[in-house]
Amino acid sequence: MNQTRPLKLWIQHQANRFAPALFFVGLVMLWELICQLSDVPNYILPSPSAIITAFFNVEFSRWMTHLWATLRVALMGFVLSICIALPLSIGMMRSELMNRVLYPALIVIQSTPVVAVAPLIIVLLGTDDPSRVLITCLITFFPLVVSTTTGMLETPPEMIELSQSLRAPRYRETWQIRIPYAIPHIFSGLRVSITLAIIGAVVAEFVAAEEGLGYFIQFSTSFFKIPQAFAGLIFLSIISLLLFKSIQWSQAWWFPWSLPKKK
Amino acid sequence: MEDKTHISKTHFQDAEEFNIGKQAAYVSMKGVGHKYDLHPDTPMVVQDIDLDIHRHEFVAVVGPSGCGKSTLLRMVAGLLIPSHGDVSVFNLPVTEPRDDVGIVFQKANLLPWLTVRKNVLFPLKHKYGRYSASDEKRANELLDMAGLTQFADKMPDELSGGMQQRVGIIRALLLNPDILLMDEPFSALDALTREQIGFDLLDIWKEHPKTVLFITHSITEAVLLADRILVMSKRPGTVLDLIDVDLPRPRSQKTINSSRFAELTDLIRGYIYEPNTPA
Repeated sequence: MNQTRPLKLWIQHQANRFAPALFFVGLVMLWELICQLSDVPNYILPSPSAIITAFFNVEFSRWMTHLWATLRVALMGFVLSICIALPLSIGMMRSELMNRVLYPALIVIQSTPVVAVAPLIIVLLGTDDPSRVLITCLITFFPLVVSTTTGMLETPPEMIELSQSLRAPRYRETWQIRIPYAIPHIFSGLRVSITLAIIGAVVAEFVAAEEGLGYFIQFSTSFFKIPQAFAGLIFLSIISLLLFKSIQWSQAWWFPWSLPKKK
Repeated sequence: MEDKTHISKTHFQDAEEFNIGKQAAYVSMKGVGHKYDLHPDTPMVVQDIDLDIHRHEFVAVVGPSGCGKSTLLRMVAGLLIPSHGDVSVFNLPVTEPRDDVGIVFQKANLLPWLTVRKNVLFPLKHKYGRYSASDEKRANELLDMAGLTQFADKMPDELSGGMQQRVGIIRALLLNPDILLMDEPFSALDALTREQIGFDLLDIWKEHPKTVLFITHSITEAVLLADRILVMSKRPGTVLDLIDVDLPRPRSQKTINSSRFAELTDLIRGYIYEPNTPA
């Protein structure tokens, strides 16, 4: 008989559960240790403790100003790209012609580096929010269009036959069958897009901005405040992670059936 | 006002009014063949099919896989218009999907985001965009008939495969069709469930007579359920034989043990497994 003692099992379970966190904590400690033991200067690789200090040296209200600027642009771009991507995917799914015309155009847009186009957009639309939102939108909407279209086309053919046998109007086929079937795909697109939205907003701030976390990092670096730049970077990745998680949470909340089954 | 039912009068009721006898051909296929394009080199999927199904008759179609059994079903459903020959229902050519046809698919084909009850009501919701309280009552009756009342508010993935397919069947019955088309409906189920659900189908059919076209690749299932069996050849599918199943009804476990049952299954096996062709 292979009997494992409950305590041993419990320890195994806990170790398994906290493994990612432990790994992360270990990594930070190692980083701190390297910085303490070697004489790498702070402006090349700041220690975690220096970064934390730098974080608290910046006023809370300043953080919030920069955070709001980045978040505002990222979310507006994200929402705008959802508003464009969904109707576009429905059109491309329903019309072969539209698919053939639009797909190459989308690929051209996607394969053009946004960083290279960003300055031109700033020239075109000015240095305010609209240009930054457009840059964010350009980078986020392609994965959304692709995943939504794929999801709608992968609806089981028998479901479509059911709809045809009922002679239901096509908009109901789209609305009641295809779009719900595409939900898992749409959400994987949204997860990719939300992180790209932050990237888009930061890229836009690098080109032209007076506030925002991207601007803050660039500004700090140019004044050799490297620990402060690191603090901004880590803050940014935490925000990005939270946004990613919130997409997962909203899928679990609104569409629990669309998640893969737990064993 | 809202309480008006959307379930329309079916051809079944028309047939009653016009006094169409039980022996009249209800679903009729004459010289039906199909190929997916008209190029001379394209092979036929099915060829020279002649079949008359009487009202409220249970006809099973067996044949090797890929012989075009499902193609026949789609023609009767109006989902596919044959390139050759005519399909008619109640003397009218089938040119588009009909309201008096219910389809049960191979997989239960339920919508995972709707409860069992809403899945049963889905044909109304999908066709008309709404359903009334009396429609809901009918759905509840159907759920009761299938023994699924306590699962009505569950999600499909909480049900076993057999229960899911029961939902698929009563969904096809919601609009009270006179013709029930079943495309290998039990092939995804385990053997025990399969036998039980077969008997349950016969009970439903006895209480609510329907004209049934039942596609299957199980010879025993066909013999157990059907009045007549259409045996099809390999592709291009043609009619090898049309067998009268003269087993008494109601059928039960005892039917399976009878010698006539064995004779009939052997007869069909002889057609399907030709001596010279390797399986």
